[in-house]
Amino acid sequence: MTPLAGYLLIAALLFAIGLAGALTRRNAILVLIGIELMLNAANLNFIAFWRYSPHPEALTGMMFAIFSIAVAAAEAAVGLGLVIAIYRQFHTTDLDKITRMKG
Amino acid sequence: MSPVFYLIAVITVGGALAAVLLKSVVHSALAVTGAFAGLALMFLSLDAQFAGFAQILIYIGAVAILVVFAILLTQGSEILTDAVFSRTWLAGFVIAAAVFAALGWAVLQSAPVLPNVSAVPAVTVHDIGVALVGRYVLPLEIIALLLTAATIGAVIVAMHEKEAAK
Repeated sequence: MTPLAGYLLIAALLFAIGLAGALTRRNAILVLIGIELMLNAANLNFIAFWRYSPHPEALTGMMFAIFSIAVAAAEAAVGLGLVIAIYRQFHTTDLDKITRMKG
Repeated sequence: MSPVFYLIAVITVGGALAAVLLKSVVHSALAVTGAFAGLALMFLSLDAQFAGFAQILIYIGAVAILVVFAILLTQGSEILTDAVFSRTWLAGFVIAAAVFAALGWAVLQSAPVLPNVSAVPAVTVHDIGVALVGRYVLPLEIIALLLTAATIGAVIVAMHEKEAAK
């Protein structure tokens, strides 16, 4: 197995773990943690492909990863602000109990 | 595949697994910090020093602290319920396993044509800075605007209820 395939497999595993967390946990904060793990797995792919690309000096993958880290930071700030606002409204972060919009 | 790679992989995947499976939210936040640190080590082992240290600063320094603050503000005296997984947990794990199977199959199928070894990229932080204010200056400005808007938006969303209660 080449090193690049190893990194890609680790990224796929991290993505699946993050997806499992986002789909199965009841706490809204842990769903956000799962989404952060998925974003990080994508970043690992960008950096791995950048490192083994024929022209790493073009910096494309590196720049994409840096901008993606910045967007993930903004997402975390807004997401956790929303969790706090929902907690003020419902006094819980349990997603199974927040059913006001359920049909 | 060096032993260092396997060590970092175990730290990263172990941290991520613990974050998803542990019962206590605080333990999960701690475990995910370990996963973020493992990812930063992976970036460093891929010769991406700038991205590695940015990962440490932003994820371990900011996002993990933000998560801990959110836990503090929402779980003050809440007792741990025994059901930490939602009612549809089985479907969630099956979907995640299917996604991993598809991605892993794709990687293993394309493994023979992936580039094997390449020279260490001669990229310095100076080059990254020049690229950021040169070719990538428009995305940089958009990201700056997005971060400003997101910070103000997060504060407004989190404060709104308090204002209305007055």
